[in-house]
Order: sequence, then C-alpha cells, then structure tokens
Amino acid sequence: MKICVLMKQVASEDSSLVINNDKSGVELNGLNLVTNEPDNYALEEALSIKEKTSGEVVICTLGPDSCQQVIKDSLAKGADKAIHITMDNSNELSPLNISKVIAENIKEENFDIILSGLQSNDYGYAQIGIILSELLGYSHASLVIGTEIINDTTLKVKRELENGWFQWSEIDLPTSLSIQSGINNPRYATLKGIMSVKNKPVEKLENKSNNLNNGYTLKDLYIPKKSKDVQIIEGSTDEIVNEIIDVLKNKIKVI
Amino acid sequence: MKIAVYIQTNDNKISPMSLESLVAAQKIKKETNGQLHAIIFNKDLSNELSNYQCDSIMLIDDPNVTDYSPLHFIESFNKINNNIKPNLFVFGHSYETRDWVPRLSAKLDIPFLADCISLNFSDGFQIVRPIYQAKLNQEIKLTSEQSIVSFQAGSFNVEDIEKQDSNIETISVDFSSVSNCIRPGEKFQENAGGVDLTSADIIVSVGRGIAKEENIPMVEDLSKKLNAQIGSSRPIVDAGWLDHSRQIGSSGQTVSPKLYFSVGISGAIQHLVGMKGSKNIIAINKDPNAPIFEIADYAVIGDVLEIIPKLNENL
Repeated sequence: MKICVLMKQVASEDSSLVINNDKSGVELNGLNLVTNEPDNYALEEALSIKEKTSGEVVICTLGPDSCQQVIKDSLAKGADKAIHITMDNSNELSPLNISKVIAENIKEENFDIILSGLQSNDYGYAQIGIILSELLGYSHASLVIGTEIINDTTLKVKRELENGWFQWSEIDLPTSLSIQSGINNPRYATLKGIMSVKNKPVEKLENKSNNLNNGYTLKDLYIPKKSKDVQIIEGSTDEIVNEIIDVLKNKIKVI
Repeated sequence: MKIAVYIQTNDNKISPMSLESLVAAQKIKKETNGQLHAIIFNKDLSNELSNYQCDSIMLIDDPNVTDYSPLHFIESFNKINNNIKPNLFVFGHSYETRDWVPRLSAKLDIPFLADCISLNFSDGFQIVRPIYQAKLNQEIKLTSEQSIVSFQAGSFNVEDIEKQDSNIETISVDFSSVSNCIRPGEKFQENAGGVDLTSADIIVSVGRGIAKEENIPMVEDLSKKLNAQIGSSRPIVDAGWLDHSRQIGSSGQTVSPKLYFSVGISGAIQHLVGMKGSKNIIAINKDPNAPIFEIADYAVIGDVLEIIPKLNENL
C-alpha cells in the first residue's frame, strides 16, 4: 500500500493568540508551533497499516518553511518520505483551494490511501481529505475509528456517527479517510528513528497555483464577546440551595 | 437570494438541527426577498415539513437515499443544483454533513463555509465562524455566485420557525451513474442503552468535581427530581463512571436543552462546544475562574458535594 498522510503545523493549544494588525490572522511571532494533534492519529494508522501490508508512508504538508519540524517528527516516527508544498499564505486559502493545491501536487503519486486528521486545531475546516477524494476520484470516509484491510482493493472502516452510533462501511481503494482522534495510541519517535531522518527524502514543491479566488472575503477577526449576563450565586449551602430552587421555579420555570 | 436548505432525517424524525437551519434560511429569505426550497429525502416527513413556510418542498423519494449514502446524496444535490441553481445551500453541521457536503462542494466547485454560528447583513451577506477552537471569530462576506454554509447546533432557535402551508414537489433522480465504491453497512450501538441527549429538555451534566464514582448516584437523584437526562464531560466517561453515550462535547453529543445544569464541570473548550447553545445554563463549581462560568447564566460558586444532597432534599 502506498499511503499518504496529510499533516499540518498549527499553534499549540496553550498559545496565546494575538490578532495581527491587518486582522487577517494571528501574529505568528511567539506562537508555539506543533503538529496538529489529530494528524498524529492519522500517521499512526498509516504506520500500522504499512506494518500489516508493507508499502510506503509519505507525509505531505502545505505551508511555510517552519513546517520542517512537522516533517522531521513524522519521519522520526517512521514515515518513509515527505512532500513539502511550500506556501507562505496557505492559511488564507479556502478548504477547496487548499485541496486543489494539494491535489495538483500529489495526483501523480497515485496513492492507494490518503489519511488525514479529523480536523485542524486552528482553522478547523475538517474538509481537506474529503474534498481530495472528489478531486482525485477516490472513495472516502470520515470520522474513522477503525480500519481493516480486506484485500488489495477493499477496506472496511468503522465510522463514528452521532449519539453513540457506529457503522462499518466497505470501501474500494483508492480512498481518502479522515481519522477520528482516539483510534490508536500514537507512537513516540525512537532514537534510531530520529537518527534516520537525515537519510530520508524530503521533496520540496513550490506551489504553482496563483490567483486562487476563495469566493468569500474575511471582513473581521475578533475575540468573541461574552454574550450573557452572569448571575453569581454564592453564600452558605442553604442560601445557595434556596436560590437555585428559586431560579428553577421562577426564572427558568422547570419545576 | 435563492436558498436551498437540506432537511436531514434520522430514525423517521426530522433532525432538530435541520429545523434550526430552516429558521436560518427563512431569515435569509425574508431579508433578501428571496426564494426558499427545502429538500428532503423522506416522504412521510415531507408532509410534516409542509407545515413550515417555504416556496417549495423538494422531495426525493428513492430507495437509494432512504439511508445515508454519500455519493447518492451528492448526485441528488447535483440534480437539484442543475434544476434551480441556488445562490446558497444551507445545512445543519451534523456528522453526516461533515461526511458528504465537503465532497459536494468539490463536485459543484463552490465554497463551503462550515460550522458557522450566526449570519448578518451588515455588508452584503455575512456569516460568523469560530476558529482556533472558538477562541476567535471570523466574520466572512460571501462573494461567490453560489455558496454552501452549515450552522452549528443551537445557532438558531426552532421556536422562531415560520409556519405556513407549503407545496411538495417530487423530483426524480437518475442514480445509474453513481459509483458503488462506498458501501455503508448497518448502524449499531457499542453499548446497550445509548441515549439521545439532543432531544432532552433538561440535562444534568456531571464533571470531575464529583470526585468519586460513589458520588454519581446523588447526580442521578437530582436528574430524576428534575425529569432530566444525565450527561457528562469526557473525564467521567474515560474513568468508566458513565457510558460514552452520556458524553457531551466535541467527541460526544451536541445539545441545546432548555436547561443545562452543570455539576462540577470546569468547562474545557471541547466540552463547551457541545453545550453552549443551551437556553439556560446553571453551573456549580468551586473555582470562580472556571471557564464554564464564562457562558453560564447562573454561576454557583460552591462545593457540589455539599450543595447537591441539600438540593435533592429540598426539591
């Protein structure tokens, strides 16, 4: 199996976000940049499929030079090769345009499986892997929390649905799957893995698509305002209980 | 503006999130003096839908789309698009939507702004969507001839729905060219007794502040007294104190009940996204700086282990 994993560099969850001057995004200086956490589950799934079937795991990332750390970490964990599509303003592109740029650059690789994390922790589109399936003519499944290889042409995937429901679907290769967090336990890099990084190929491709029109424009970026007036209830336990009962009875009117 | 809203159905019921989308679509119709078409794949429920105001209900009554099948759903919308070329497609942001609508966006080559929380007309048609796990909001102006948007649960209030009889028009779709490369199987639940919290009026939800598994029954008592369903944050489910089907948040259910009574939940963003659409939120927590208080209507600062038993006695 030739497997591609889409990996993204994002601000870590504890980063303090400062909106930049032209309100186009956040100030990059001072952000702690890390691999998007859900993508680690996708990489782990790719590595374990490779271990069961042999083949190759290629990671692909779109973004500026700072993404090198994502690439090194993934190669250290066991990916065989990396494709880095370099682009400084990829965060300003719509999911459809991001996918078009990626599709243009990877279509000739003829991957059997493309894996991506559930969604990114920054823009949270949760669309790229699925849009790629249409652009490349692949099957797809989202929110995958289990995979089973049936044969060279067919996979079974367990999908998470809403409200505690699940579903096994059979899908033909080639396919693009978005992986739900918690599907596996992502491995750590070994020392041997870290040493091997320098011998692994990193292909740098320059994005050739220009003048991509999103079909929408960003007008404002702001910190959400508290939309509610909070009524504080404190005091002795008896006072608190009486006040809660008053709220239930006379304000919300549920008892 | 010509608007097409998709009405999702689950287990022979109209999804509440879809009715919220219909409210959004009705608002847009009104503001733009537009045309609104509601699209549904279930014949029985199309009759129920015809009580609500829209210019037409488009019914696709075909075994290929009785159950969820992404490529057949996409072909249906391809047909709708060829027929009426809407300026805007509106969806509720359900797991199903997440699975097939990005692909529809690629097929029709029109942008999809997903997971929006509000709309306005202050400069053309604009939507607001949260980024960085809801730490920031983007306000976006749609400029494309055609666009797709989806709204988070709780973004609109079903009670605002406009009623008026609508006509049902049946559309037939030729599915013969649709690939069979995705074959969904039967749906199943991992554990018996899974609950649909999305339709609960009152939810009593328990978090780490409950401290011990032995304290869970006091929350169960409270929920009985309030005729409520029990929900929880992730740590309680991870610890095995409650079933996964009780979990609320990004990896569980998204709810917007009349009352969300939060017991010892600090309010990590992954939890808040699943319940912030609740109409009334009472939150009890020892820590006055707990993030749950940012979105609570009633912030009760105190120890749940003292308050809940006393409250149960007095209810």
